[in-house]
Amino acid sequence: MSEPVLPLGGASYSGLVTVSEHGPIGQVTFRGDLSSEAVKAAIKDVTGRDVPGLREVSGDGDTCVIWMSPDELLLICGYAEAGGLVDALTEKLAGEHVLAVNVSDARAAFRLKGKHVREVLGKLAPVDLDPAVFTPGMVRRTRLAQVAAGFWLLDQETAQVFCFRSVSEYMFNLLKTVSDPQSAVGYYSA
Amino acid sequence: MLILQCPYCGVMADETELHAGGEAHIKRFGPGSSDEEFEGYMFGRENPKGVHFERWRHVNGCGKWFHAARDTNTMEVFGTYTAQTSTPPEDLLAQIRDKRPGFKWREFS
Repeated sequence: MSEPVLPLGGASYSGLVTVSEHGPIGQVTFRGDLSSEAVKAAIKDVTGRDVPGLREVSGDGDTCVIWMSPDELLLICGYAEAGGLVDALTEKLAGEHVLAVNVSDARAAFRLKGKHVREVLGKLAPVDLDPAVFTPGMVRRTRLAQVAAGFWLLDQETAQVFCFRSVSEYMFNLLKTVSDPQSAVGYYSA
Repeated sequence: MLILQCPYCGVMADETELHAGGEAHIKRFGPGSSDEEFEGYMFGRENPKGVHFERWRHVNGCGKWFHAARDTNTMEVFGTYTAQTSTPPEDLLAQIRDKRPGFKWREFS
């Protein structure tokens, strides 16, 4: 197997929050009927995580299952484990109408860490990031400025952002710009 | 700004997360249909000042297509519903009749 290459070679920036490219991580797209008992059992068996509810993430930052749409999940795991995950799911769900594909190199991921994390994301996405509304364990697929992206909170001060690899440079520049130390707004955090 | 609730993921999505998909509930007339039917399918569109039914896609989100009913004049949104239907749901129509007595849109009133 070839060595994984991060889109930006592990770039990082420190401002209002620390922005660092995260990875390499294993990513598996899973599509199927998420209400099916067979699917629920297979996901639990293979990942050790439950199928998440609407717009939720189950698991921690390193291995988790992310709700992407009513019939799609994104499984996050170690980079080297993604292939095995696909094989295990395909084998367990043989005969079911499902699809599992290793898309580890398709997306870039960024970790944002700092007490201004809500503020930084709030500048880019049309999402209410009030601590009472958007809590750790929820995921939101949306846009950040001009590109499609998604993010979830690992805890009150840490977020993980994902976007397509092709727009990773745009995304990193964007996150750098909004976390400029001079650009604090103080809406979510004083 | 137009804000529609995606019936699939429940998000109150603003216009910048959505993609407009034109008029809803258009019945396709393909091979074997008459010229008039095909012309109507291809070119005939409603352009109402008032109640309108549209298709939208939650493109920067869960990616699903859905339907929305709104007033093109006041921008009031009556409701959204899934794409797995060829007619607006009856409870939504009742609600619109309540708010806009005598409205007519294609065969729905």
